[in-house]
Amino acid sequence: MSWLPSPEIIAQLGLIVVVFNMLVLSAAFMVWMERKVCAYIQDRSGPNRVGFEGVLQPFADVIKLLFKEQLKPKAADTILFAIAPLVSTTAAFAAFSVVPFGTETTLFGLLDRPIPLEITDVNVAVLVIFAITSMGIYGIVLAGWSSNSKYSLLGGLRSSAQMISYELSYGLAMAAVIMMAGSLSLREIVMNQSGYWLGFIPRWYIWLQPLGFFIYLTAGVAETNRAPFDFPEAEQELVAGYHTEYSSMSFAMFFLAEYVNMVTVSAVATSLYLGGWLGPFLPDWLSWIWFLVKVFLILFFYVWMRWTLPRYRYDQLMEFGWKFLLPIAVLNLFVTAAIVLWVG
Amino acid sequence: MDVFAFYAFGAVAILASLLVIGQGNPMHSVMLLIVSFGALAGLYVLLDAPFTAVTQIIVYAGAIMVLFLFVVMLLNVPREEPAPPGVSALLGPTGTRLGALLSLLLGVEIVWALADMGIRRPESTASVSSVALIGSAIFLRHAFAFEATSVLILVAMIGAVVLARREHS
Repeated sequence: MSWLPSPEIIAQLGLIVVVFNMLVLSAAFMVWMERKVCAYIQDRSGPNRVGFEGVLQPFADVIKLLFKEQLKPKAADTILFAIAPLVSTTAAFAAFSVVPFGTETTLFGLLDRPIPLEITDVNVAVLVIFAITSMGIYGIVLAGWSSNSKYSLLGGLRSSAQMISYELSYGLAMAAVIMMAGSLSLREIVMNQSGYWLGFIPRWYIWLQPLGFFIYLTAGVAETNRAPFDFPEAEQELVAGYHTEYSSMSFAMFFLAEYVNMVTVSAVATSLYLGGWLGPFLPDWLSWIWFLVKVFLILFFYVWMRWTLPRYRYDQLMEFGWKFLLPIAVLNLFVTAAIVLWVG
Repeated sequence: MDVFAFYAFGAVAILASLLVIGQGNPMHSVMLLIVSFGALAGLYVLLDAPFTAVTQIIVYAGAIMVLFLFVVMLLNVPREEPAPPGVSALLGPTGTRLGALLSLLLGVEIVWALADMGIRRPESTASVSSVALIGSAIFLRHAFAFEATSVLILVAMIGAVVLARREHS
């Protein structure tokens, strides 16, 4: 069998395939979970016809979208109109490439050396996520502009201005955790959270950085244009947003990008604040189950917030980001720096 | 593999940069400039400088180019047409000769720079993160320059806010 590539390469390719499919399936799962949770919050039962408790509903939605006619406005800029959803989706998937979701494993002894469960481990992982998330903004801006429609342009500009504003608090909250952990690699940050205090309290950074967790999650929700910060998207109920001229699969790609962005923000939040894949009772090679549980909890919180809180008006949203969240994030950074210097 | 990646990134960077000035649609020019920055970031990674690559994407391609994009979008810059003959002095005989002279100077400079290079590959510092090295260089050896630069940026920001402020009449 010497014509086969080495087991490490096969394992790496397998990891890529698994992670990609997990992200796509998690987007489908999110569609179902959102509709079910929203229904039960509103005291009704949600989709329950397609499959058991409506589990096949997302697949029915995808099939419907595949058969829809793909439209393009006559005056739209063809190239940019076509690549805008691709930019959004590519950025969303690429950001997950440096997120670790399990300990090193030898896959039941098939491999010679243990491989870490993530696509790649660079020592600037946090910055890579930040950089790729910044690239995702271009998808929205291009979609808004290239549709050549007033509503699209306004929606795109507002959405991208919101994302840029909340990126600052997002980065500052991450910077506080990086200061405490002393490393930019997500794997090392998670490993710094292993162990227990008093035997039963896990050493997660959320206990040391509660304000940072709040800032990170709020900025993450605003970054993904979700929950109380979805005015640019709610425009489409009232007027129209950046994806008004998109139909069928292009529209599906924008929402796929949004859900995958949510999953990435949740995954990075668990790695930074909730101890990643660390947890009791499970053996090492099943540690990814704890990771999935924690990510699911944050995603549930996302959906819960969306259907409970009213949305911010756009000027309230920007004011909140610049005049409240940013000063608090800077204050958090100062206090963390002072304590790290004092203790270290 | 590294050589292939170098040629690929280099070709993309050169092609994108040429198209930025070579084609007429300003929005496409902005996007092509972003592509060329991405290729430059790839070249930085090949040079064992992942932090520089990521910072290039975050700062240049992610922030500064968004500013460019907003300006081009909001000002609605029209498509650039090649100038009709007889209008611009730049295309006359004097302009063409001056352009040729400048191109010759550029070519000579490039050849001189590339021929005189002592190629030194930096020692592999895989054990120490490059970010730590950059941090210690910025904050220890060049601390004064760093602080002075931040004051300069603050002055520029204040100036921009003052200039853009609407007069209350």
